[in-house]
Amino acid sequence: MSVESSHTAAPAQPSPATAHVKAGLARRYAAEKRFRLYGIIAIGASLAFLAMLLISIVSKGLPAFSQTFIQLDVPLDIDTLDIDAETAEAVQEGSLPASELRRANYNGAIREALRERFPDVSGRSDRRALYKLVSTGAQYDLARIVMDDPSLLGQRQTLWLPTDDEIGALVKRGADLTQADTLSTRLDDKSIAWAADLDANNEFDVRFNTTFFKNGDSREPELAGIRAALVGSAYTLLITFLLSFPVAVASAIYLEEFAPQNRWTDLVEVNINNLAAVPSIVFGLLGLAVFINFFHLPRSAPVVGGIVLSLMTLPTIIISSRAALKSVPPSIREAARGLGASELQVVFHHVLPLAMPGILTGTIIGLAQALGETAPLLMIGMVAFIVDIPQGITDSATVLPVQVYLWADSPERAFTEKTSAAIMVLLAFLIVMNAVAVMLRKRFERRW
Amino acid sequence: MHKTPLLVATAIAAATLSGPGFARDTISIVGSSTVYPFATVVAERFGKTTDFATPKIESTGSGGGLKLFCSGIGVDTPDITNSSRRIKASEVEMCTENGVNNVVEVLIGYDGIAIANSTEAEPMSLTREELFLALAKDVPTPDGDGLVPNPYKMWSEINPELPAFSIEVLGPPPTSGTRDAFVELVMEEGCASFEVIEALDEDAKDAACLTMREDGRFVEAGENDNLIVQKLEANPDAVGIFGYSFLDQNSDKVQSSFIDGVLADFDTIADGSYPVSRPLYFYVKGEHVGTVPGIAEYLAEFTSEGAFGEEGYLSEKGMIPLGEDERAEVAAAATELKTLELN
Repeated sequence: MSVESSHTAAPAQPSPATAHVKAGLARRYAAEKRFRLYGIIAIGASLAFLAMLLISIVSKGLPAFSQTFIQLDVPLDIDTLDIDAETAEAVQEGSLPASELRRANYNGAIREALRERFPDVSGRSDRRALYKLVSTGAQYDLARIVMDDPSLLGQRQTLWLPTDDEIGALVKRGADLTQADTLSTRLDDKSIAWAADLDANNEFDVRFNTTFFKNGDSREPELAGIRAALVGSAYTLLITFLLSFPVAVASAIYLEEFAPQNRWTDLVEVNINNLAAVPSIVFGLLGLAVFINFFHLPRSAPVVGGIVLSLMTLPTIIISSRAALKSVPPSIREAARGLGASELQVVFHHVLPLAMPGILTGTIIGLAQALGETAPLLMIGMVAFIVDIPQGITDSATVLPVQVYLWADSPERAFTEKTSAAIMVLLAFLIVMNAVAVMLRKRFERRW
Repeated sequence: MHKTPLLVATAIAAATLSGPGFARDTISIVGSSTVYPFATVVAERFGKTTDFATPKIESTGSGGGLKLFCSGIGVDTPDITNSSRRIKASEVEMCTENGVNNVVEVLIGYDGIAIANSTEAEPMSLTREELFLALAKDVPTPDGDGLVPNPYKMWSEINPELPAFSIEVLGPPPTSGTRDAFVELVMEEGCASFEVIEALDEDAKDAACLTMREDGRFVEAGENDNLIVQKLEANPDAVGIFGYSFLDQNSDKVQSSFIDGVLADFDTIADGSYPVSRPLYFYVKGEHVGTVPGIAEYLAEFTSEGAFGEEGYLSEKGMIPLGEDERAEVAAAATELKTLELN
């Protein structure tokens, strides 16, 4: 009462407590401002790093999405192709399958076309350099064209064929080929002069690189593609999801809703938490010992990769699922029980749907981790050179991050852009996965 | 609705458990990361030009590859292993213990190890002795009366004719086959010329010869040789150690040093005058020929003139071919699948 009266009596004279608060006020506001500033700086710094990373990857990777083609007038007569006349006729009439033409000398036809284009080039080493303008993969393209349409035999065809990686890179960059001295390349001046001549006559064309999405790995940068790794990653993640999701959600539900609290469940819980912190290579060793050496599952197959990665993602999903189940308010359970629902109905009809958004978030985090993992796959043989696109979960396969690693380690310089492009595909895969999760979450989300 | 995932999971479990006994129609190859870039080229061509599936090639390192290779016979073991060194007697023993008796050795060519710097600097001219002095942890004193921790900071302190750059050498880590080969071919050879080290007992000698300096002048730049090339480009004073194919692919950025007066190039490695080079091999499991389709044909493709010959496509990738007589011998041995005999 006396305090109050003194206030009313002399308002100009603040109490010592108020004075103390007022004196500190400016300092406290300043502290808050500083903290906000730190926050903004932290966010700015992380955004800047992210932007730097993305800009460097995208700027390096973009050229990989285009490919340089060279226009050649290819003679497809049976002498150049080294096919005997009977076979050619039989294939054209349809009495023999087109695959009979597979062994023809397509490379010879391409070389002939190059020699005709540059008739002045003579001497062995010069000719070898000349042949190197065209990709070694061009012969397979030509073979496909001829086998698709055997009536082309005996004609001349003007075709666009892929160039070799080095010359392709120069043309893609839009480098001035007439200034050979200023270019940083391994190519000799003669090759650059030929390229400049071709360029002046518009015999180069830069197109979208469909090869990159159609092919498996290759040792020729211009033929290397991401398809095998992409399919491998998809199969592996499918297995991982199918194994880890049901098991993890079931364990989480049991531990959270049904299990008694005793020493055993405590032990299980501690072990799950520990498992989440085990380095992933350990799971790879386990996979090698158990699934490959004991169960004799095939090496390098997505099925083993998926099993190993699901072991790795299990704890992540269990922990986040338990947290999601825990966050469902007890009133929901009590209301359901009050209406006569059995324990199973309480969980599956009421608690689980409400916890689903959280569970899905945890699952996506776990799967994203699995998508980026290479170490455990090394042990089970998925760090491999895969040309053929895997057709099933037991075929040999590799995954996207492994493809990034393999390309980053290749001596040919054109693989640098492939590496960045593969990273972009990996990121796109991740974004699609996240988008699906967000969509599912939106559908399931319920507020109370 | 709720049963679908369970059903699928059961189906997968059933499919995976029925695993044992499946046949394999793809050749399985493991082994050295040095041979990997060459073997993959052959495998790719083989897959494209024949009716066989493209062989699967894993890069496991020479030792890891031989271990897998010798682990037994059967479709879940590899058919071929690549190696950047010859198989050891202990590994042959392991093979025999596990029933792998019919090992066919194929020598395919040579790989040089480049010691190089940026093209913006003058090429270095080094002897292996000087490299040893620059890179060993302990070096003999100039008067030769004992070992001291490496005191050299500049190349010119080792030999006044060398440039006055501070010593900075980028090289592969100990897990790399390139490092093993470098230590064997340069460090061991280099240290052999010092009497004070020769006089030591076996263990101390090994320690003195094989230990690289750890004071930051020899930098372990990681397994990725591209990274070393990039760092050399950025720092013209630095010297790098990496595989010859990376020198070949980046000849506009880096240049070879003279080692004992010889530049690393195609011809000097092929005729053996460049001292830092090693043979590349692969080993074939004879027991699998005929069981897994295509092994004999893969061998034929690898040992054809078009592949490992003087002007074959492997030489374009930076592999140094064998001499003509050697090639004929290897090709003949590969055709008749001659079993390996270590001498």
